[in-house]
Amino acid sequence: MYVAVKGGEAAIGATHGLIAQERRGDAATPELQTRQIREQMKLAIARVMNEGSLYDEDLAALALKQSQGDSVEAAFLMRAYRTTLPRFGSSLPVDTAAMAIRRRISATFKDLPGGQVLGPTYDYTHRLFDFALEEGSAHAPPQMAQEPLAATMPRVPDILGDEGLLETEVAPAGDPAPVDITRDPAEFPADRDVRLQMLSRGDEGFLLGLAYSVQRGFGGNHPFAGEIRMGEVSVLYTPEELGFEIDIGDITLTECQMINQFTGSQEAPPQFTRGYGFAFGHSERKAMSMAIVDRALKGRDLGEGANFPAQQEEFVLYHCDMIEASGFVEHLKLPHYVDFQGELELVRKIRQEQAERKQRAAAEQAS
Amino acid sequence: MDDLQNRFAQTDRAGWMAVLARATRDELQHFTRGFELPRVDVVKPPECGSLMIEARAGGGGRRFNAGEATVTRCVVRDGDRLGYSYSLGRDKEKARLAAILDAMLQSASSHHMVMEAVVAPLAKAQQERRARANLQAAATKVDFFTMVRGDG
Repeated sequence: MYVAVKGGEAAIGATHGLIAQERRGDAATPELQTRQIREQMKLAIARVMNEGSLYDEDLAALALKQSQGDSVEAAFLMRAYRTTLPRFGSSLPVDTAAMAIRRRISATFKDLPGGQVLGPTYDYTHRLFDFALEEGSAHAPPQMAQEPLAATMPRVPDILGDEGLLETEVAPAGDPAPVDITRDPAEFPADRDVRLQMLSRGDEGFLLGLAYSVQRGFGGNHPFAGEIRMGEVSVLYTPEELGFEIDIGDITLTECQMINQFTGSQEAPPQFTRGYGFAFGHSERKAMSMAIVDRALKGRDLGEGANFPAQQEEFVLYHCDMIEASGFVEHLKLPHYVDFQGELELVRKIRQEQAERKQRAAAEQAS
Repeated sequence: MDDLQNRFAQTDRAGWMAVLARATRDELQHFTRGFELPRVDVVKPPECGSLMIEARAGGGGRRFNAGEATVTRCVVRDGDRLGYSYSLGRDKEKARLAAILDAMLQSASSHHMVMEAVVAPLAKAQQERRARANLQAAATKVDFFTMVRGDG
């Protein structure tokens, strides 16, 4: 139990002043502009937008500056700001098949229609320091191909879907509107829409660890990266007062389609099953981890049971949100004086009673 | 308009709205410098809010809420025409300019001038940016080939 405390205004005021100085660092060094963060720390921006559950690169840049680069604190700022915004509505579901592709790879099909496009990736770098970046980053302009990419880049599962070897992903009858966990708290057992929304907001590190546990055998399904794609999609929305569909701009997305071996069960035939990962910005590690965990959480529907942490939805979904997790862990820093005083007295009392019992027992033996 | 990212014809209202939504404030200020903007009544002043971005499981399956995005909207009245703007982000001045331009584009007397002075150059710049990104991605296209183990 946390009992409110009073006082400390002066000290708190002073700490705000101190943190401003800490944030600024050495005054002889030029101050970071949020524009620089937005343009040059794109992957950090993506993480803050995902875990803050709000797509706005400028705000994410400000959040990172204000939090001195602490991505959890930055995501917290995004979530807090989000609650102040009026909600205009919901977009139409984004069409990732129509993505303007900047990267698209498949680890399962080498000759897929549209081809493999590496795009900007660290995958094939040597992870050696480039000390030249300390001085500035003059670089040769990137190469341009003669021919543009194919106009259509079908999603890999859509190519494979026809044979029936792969679990299909179709909208339920009537294409129902999804539950929104920011308005209605999640209930368990959770449906797929709830699971995917919670995983989308989930901490990359937590989901990465869980995904790794699945791969190491704590979840019993072997994933293949069927496809990872990254690029821009347009956001479509139908404002009530206009009554027609409008396009309000592009967002960058990463999508991951995991394909998993599945030997079949009483409920389902042997086939490949699927896990889905979706993230704002270029966030491959997050999208891959999410896809593996999404698949693990399908265990209930596939009759696999829930024997491992990654398969247990309450465990995964309640603990993947780092705003809630850090709030609960870090609230331990706040004064718990009354609480602790109570505990202290309790322990003293128990010890005293125990000592008295021992004394009485010793006295009885002696007599 | 040969343009994957903008499914609407540029000459349709939804088409020019898509082009204006993708412009920056600087661009709108730049391309409107050459003419006078009409005095309009502000019906809904520029307002920032959020839009829930929906996606589909597996890309084509069940809908789910992926997270929100900031959006700014504005509505103005120019005579008997209502000009609207909706765009991602929080730029209120951009929203105001785009709403005025939407009203002007609905008027027979200003449509062609605004199309030529604003929408066409913006659409061209946006198309060029996308084409450049596409060709840069295409330069990283790779043909993986598998080798028999032990073959070298």
